Amino acid sequence: MSGAADREAVFPTRQSLGLMKAKLKGAETGHSLLKRKSEALTKRFREITRRIDEAKRKMGRVMQIASLSLAEVTYAVGGNIGYQIQESAKSARFRIRAKQENVSGVLLPAFESYLTEGNNDFAMTGLGKGGQQVQRCRETYARAVEALVELASLQTAFVILDEVIKVVNRRVNAIEHVIIPRTENTIKYINSELDELDREEFYRLKKVANKKQRDNAALDAEMKQKREDAAERDQENQAPEVDNTGPSDILGAEEDEDVIF
Amino acid sequence: MASQADYKDRQFLAVIGDEDSVTGLLLAGIGHVTAAPDSQKNFLVVDNKTDNAAIEAAFERFTTQRKDIGIVLINQHVAERIRHRVDTYTAAFPAVLEIPSKDHPYDPEKDSVLRRVRRLFGE
Repeated sequence: MSGAADREAVFPTRQSLGLMKAKLKGAETGHSLLKRKSEALTKRFREITRRIDEAKRKMGRVMQIASLSLAEVTYAVGGNIGYQIQESAKSARFRIRAKQENVSGVLLPAFESYLTEGNNDFAMTGLGKGGQQVQRCRETYARAVEALVELASLQTAFVILDEVIKVVNRRVNAIEHVIIPRTENTIKYINSELDELDREEFYRLKKVANKKQRDNAALDAEMKQKREDAAERDQENQAPEVDNTGPSDILGAEEDEDVIF
Repeated sequence: MASQADYKDRQFLAVIGDEDSVTGLLLAGIGHVTAAPDSQKNFLVVDNKTDNAAIEAAFERFTTQRKDIGIVLINQHVAERIRHRVDTYTAAFPAVLEIPSKDHPYDPEKDSVLRRVRRLFGE
């Protein structure tokens, strides 16, 4: 943190000092808010990752059961029904719907599965034999797909949250490590410049005061001189001889008369 | 985030997988074929003879071109064949989900999302 380099380009005035102080305050408020947001999101994120882990394991089990029931179907029908099913698939009965959930300002999607009524592409499947197994297999797979849909919404939320948390953390760090120090530096710079100006001003005033005092003193001296000169001149004019007698020496210049009681 | 804008009309699932997985999921009722002129299917059966280019093309079609698919299910061993594509796919919509198949048990180590989870927690 070099004090001179890392600051904003402002003129060191009181107005920009006020602006910078407001900015610093705003940055601190924003920083604490964003930090809290990031914490809330991270909490949610951890919860989601935990649930993804669980859901993935559950998916493994569910898919295993589903495969088993499909094997049952193949056995019961007595041949591969894959081709027939692929050909007769026309319109999706099992569909998904996306809705949104708001987690501290972030919209997280959640998938929801629903069955459309009335269309059944596989009415003829297993008509000859194995119809019951086909039915059971369909139910099993429907449950499996439900688990998959749940997992997919968790995963989507995971991806979005991951991205958002990165952005928020980047902002928090930018405010903490760039904006706040820079604003503080600017404030420091402005303060030091203002102090410098103050000192200069004080020194200048002192200089001025000194000069005035000197001038006054000179003027006073001159006036005094003038006044004394004038007084002298007056005395000379009025009583020039008094000056000779002057104040008499009372201690020993003349003999005092003896005092007789 | 532009990906959140177009989530409304995503109502289908798509499958890329071996015959058994696709059959089972179709039985559950996720199969959909669009209207007559181009009649696109939302599933692809992959076997040993299918080449990787076809799988990639299907993945591309389901993830970027079609706007009505919300979830793409892909068998893990199929995902393994186009691993670079699956790993570089990071968009939220549609969600790509790796599922186990009958012959290939599920391996959490290979899953692109689970690997990201692990990396984030520094394991």
